[in-house]
Amino acid sequence: MLYREAGQFRTSYAEDQQIFPIRQDRIAITAFLLVAFIAVPLVANEYWLKAILIPFLIFSLAALGLNILTGYAGQLSLGTAGFMAVGAFAAYNFELRLEWMPILLSWILGGLAAALVGILFGLPSLRIKGFYLAVATLAAQFFIVWALTKFPWFSNYSSSGVITAGKIEILGYVFDSPIEKYLLVLTIVVLMALAAKNMVRSETGRAWMAVRDMDVAAEVVGIRMMHTKLLAFAVSSFYCGVAGALYAYAYIGTVEPEGFNLDLSFRILFMIIIGGVGSILGSFLGAAFIILFPIFLNAYADPFAHALGIDLPPGMTSNLELMIFGALIIFFLAVEPHGLARLWQIAKEKLRLWPFPH
Amino acid sequence: MQFFLEVLIGGLLSGVMYSLVALGFVLIFKASGVFNFAQGALVFLAALTTVGLMERGAPGWITGLIAVILLALAFFAVKPRKGAVAARPDWRKAAVLGGIAVASLFIIGKPLPFWVAVAVTLVFMVGVGVATERIVLRPLVNQPPITLFMATIGLTFFLEGLAQAMWGANVRGLDIGIPDEPIPWLMERYDIQVSSFDLAGAGIAAVLVAALALFFNKTRIGRALRAVADDHQAALAVGIPLKQIWAIVWAAAGFVALVAGLLWGARNGVQFALTFVALKALPVLILGGFESIAGAIVGGLIIGASEKLAEVYIGPMVGGGIESWFAYVVALLFLLVRPEGLFGEKHIDRV
Amino acid sequence: MTAQRQTGEPVLVVKDVSLSFGGVRALSNVSFDVREHEIRAIIGPNGAGKSSMLNVINGVYHPQVGTVTYRGVSRHRVNPHDAAAQGIARTFQNIALFKGMTVLDNIMTGRNLKTRTSFVEQAIWIGRARREELEQRRKVEEVIDFLEIQHVRKTPVGRLPYGLQKRVELARALAAEPSLLLLDEPMAGMNIEEKQDMCRFILDVNEQFGTTIVLIEHDMGVVMDLSDRVVVLDYGKMLADGTPDEVRANQAVIDAYLGVKH
Ligand SMILES: Nc1ncnc2c1ncn2[C@@H]1O[C@H](COP(=O)(O)OP(=O)(O)OP(=O)(O)O)[C@@H](O)[C@H]1O
Ligand SMILES: [Mg+2]
Repeated sequence: MLYREAGQFRTSYAEDQQIFPIRQDRIAITAFLLVAFIAVPLVANEYWLKAILIPFLIFSLAALGLNILTGYAGQLSLGTAGFMAVGAFAAYNFELRLEWMPILLSWILGGLAAALVGILFGLPSLRIKGFYLAVATLAAQFFIVWALTKFPWFSNYSSSGVITAGKIEILGYVFDSPIEKYLLVLTIVVLMALAAKNMVRSETGRAWMAVRDMDVAAEVVGIRMMHTKLLAFAVSSFYCGVAGALYAYAYIGTVEPEGFNLDLSFRILFMIIIGGVGSILGSFLGAAFIILFPIFLNAYADPFAHALGIDLPPGMTSNLELMIFGALIIFFLAVEPHGLARLWQIAKEKLRLWPFPH
Repeated sequence: MQFFLEVLIGGLLSGVMYSLVALGFVLIFKASGVFNFAQGALVFLAALTTVGLMERGAPGWITGLIAVILLALAFFAVKPRKGAVAARPDWRKAAVLGGIAVASLFIIGKPLPFWVAVAVTLVFMVGVGVATERIVLRPLVNQPPITLFMATIGLTFFLEGLAQAMWGANVRGLDIGIPDEPIPWLMERYDIQVSSFDLAGAGIAAVLVAALALFFNKTRIGRALRAVADDHQAALAVGIPLKQIWAIVWAAAGFVALVAGLLWGARNGVQFALTFVALKALPVLILGGFESIAGAIVGGLIIGASEKLAEVYIGPMVGGGIESWFAYVVALLFLLVRPEGLFGEKHIDRV
Repeated sequence: MTAQRQTGEPVLVVKDVSLSFGGVRALSNVSFDVREHEIRAIIGPNGAGKSSMLNVINGVYHPQVGTVTYRGVSRHRVNPHDAAAQGIARTFQNIALFKGMTVLDNIMTGRNLKTRTSFVEQAIWIGRARREELEQRRKVEEVIDFLEIQHVRKTPVGRLPYGLQKRVELARALAAEPSLLLLDEPMAGMNIEEKQDMCRFILDVNEQFGTTIVLIEHDMGVVMDLSDRVVVLDYGKMLADGTPDEVRANQAVIDAYLGVKH
């Protein structure tokens, strides 16, 4: 009975339309935010913040972006990392070339630049679908990385396109410790996740899902195909672009275009497949899984093999990682296409009855 | 002019090799409607396996594992099952599986000569193809095409991991005995440099394509395959064993991957980058359509030629390296004009 | 027993429409009109081109020849969005609901043209966007009450039985407050009771909201009961056009359609 809805009557549509209509969900979210904003900074050490929590948040944001496009609007993209790269390099250039530019604004502009590029590469989606479109987004992936490498202007004439992000200073306050960066990223990610949740539960999101589920019927009810699809590309790329800017500024500092390669795009795709296609929560769960799993594997694969009396050759764990990710993707697609988010929901439904199943 | 011809011919010849990879995609797409992203990983796996076998023979632990699995399968093929009325012990299957299992133990750790390595790789690739059909695609049957596509991306990661787990990640050379020199008489007569390797590779690819076309059109299995491609339900209704057909197709795709892997591996070295070469087959398919063998060939030629010409004539203006994306942009522009591909038919969604 | 209904001027005029797919002629030279407030039936054997006709009216298919005029706006190529914006809504022969969404969300999509707020306002969800969403919800609840589907509001549509899905599709069309409703075999595959319900809903929509209705239906009893006038198609050609009684007495119709099918 831990998760009981009974007795919570919603007496108006306003109550029913709340972001989290079930009280336990509201409590859980509040608790979670309290932990994230207060408890984590108190207890987490530098390694956790720098190597796990900050990238986790940034990749969650990118996964959220991809999920808007693929999970909600049904347009498969293999160019996520390319859009992140646009965000990172655009933010860098705004910072570099316009002295007065506040850092937050340059991140937003980075996102907007990515949105523009997203719209450009989303244009083919008006005529093609499915894996044809996937191939088109591959073009974005390769073209963007090539352009950023080949035109030295983007990286201020540094060698092989490497850029080094400046410091983060907002209203005279410098965010340089991991805790400060973590809190800043957390705030941005929470706000953007909230905005995404709001979009997907209102007209915008319904139009995306309608186009995803049955495009002909969507047009017939009056949904404008071009506007809806391109908006999905724009919003999605905006999220990815901001994630890219944060990746450069708040996470690794020095980035090169090659860092945003096809492999990264695939990893973000895997995050949403494992976490849950068409689920905001799933983007976070998937990002957590894809970030934590290799760390776990690196820490335990060798000792475990040793215990069995086997010596793993160097590089073996990364091969194992590829194999396990691949197998998991197939497993989730076959067994639970809605990913970890759906498993969580099932658990919730069980808890609703627990401990007295009817 | 000579220079232009040289570039054009070089482009066309490498285009044939793209066609070869594209062919693997078309085979599977025609028979099962799956867009197999993992075709590139198959190419990589095939090339690496051949080289690895030539270098140091089969790796102990994985071969042992495979042998155990095969023996288990052989056992289950003949074990009488309770309840299953129709399932008679299949001694032939058991003998084949058991035979392969035992034979595989003999090649552990022994470097093999080229042709033996190729033969062993072929058996292995057919096994991988059949296993993929069984383990990956069958549980996903009736899912939307895009789900199947994503599953094959997962398969790509798995196979790439497997290939490197078995053989390591170093770049290796592969010599298949065809020299890579300009053909003398073309040099003398027309002053055009065309690599003998490219020509031979294109020749091999052409033979393979012709063989596959014959297979599709003349054999019973090939015709059944085409029936399956046209209409799955109808094919089932007239008693075509779908599952067997799919297994055959995946095996054939494994074979095509092997040939492509050997040619590309010999050309560029056997390395991870091979998987990217295979990605080039995607724009080829967009041009030619996913269902047409002729389309794969023509698309390959167009992509190969335009890519080389662009690299030579447009490349210098923008700093080079445009080969990485040019093919995609050509395909994209083409899609905007003719979404159904070169050979595809226009069709309007029914409601 | 034709319905006694006050019908007005023609609002929809289909003129000389011809449509073919490759070699298949789905429609040739079809012309008819639909009057304000009328219930107009299109009948004909399988493959006669009935669905294609509806698809032409709201722009899903584009005819090679001919025009469709709705409330004074004449078009050769209709675009589905413009048709919807002019107040044309429809249901489909093979249910075309949005499978991944709940009943409520499916019906809410019907109101997308009434949305005024931008996606940015919706993302922030304060003030106007929130008020608008609640307003839409209120309107949708009226439709839900009207069609008596309150109990399945939050159910994913895919889990509903066929008959209910058809009703949800009608709800989605009604949510748009259409002036012209196109129904493609709304009662196909239903049992007697469900059919009666659906007939009642169609009549109620016509009477209470004054909606003009074009209806494809195979059940002749239903057609005779509901419709004011009937168009008969056969192999894409107009066979007859008139009141149910006239059509029933038409020899060509009896030969081609009634004689064969019933
Ligand atoms: N999108 C399409 N592509 C190709 N042919 C089509 C398409 N839509 C309809 N047709 C063809 O047009 C003809 C008329 O089809 P339509 O669906 O309009 O018939 P119908 O009268 O609605 O039949 P039914 O009673 O079976 O629904 C048929 O021969 C059909 O095969
Ligand atoms: Mg029809």
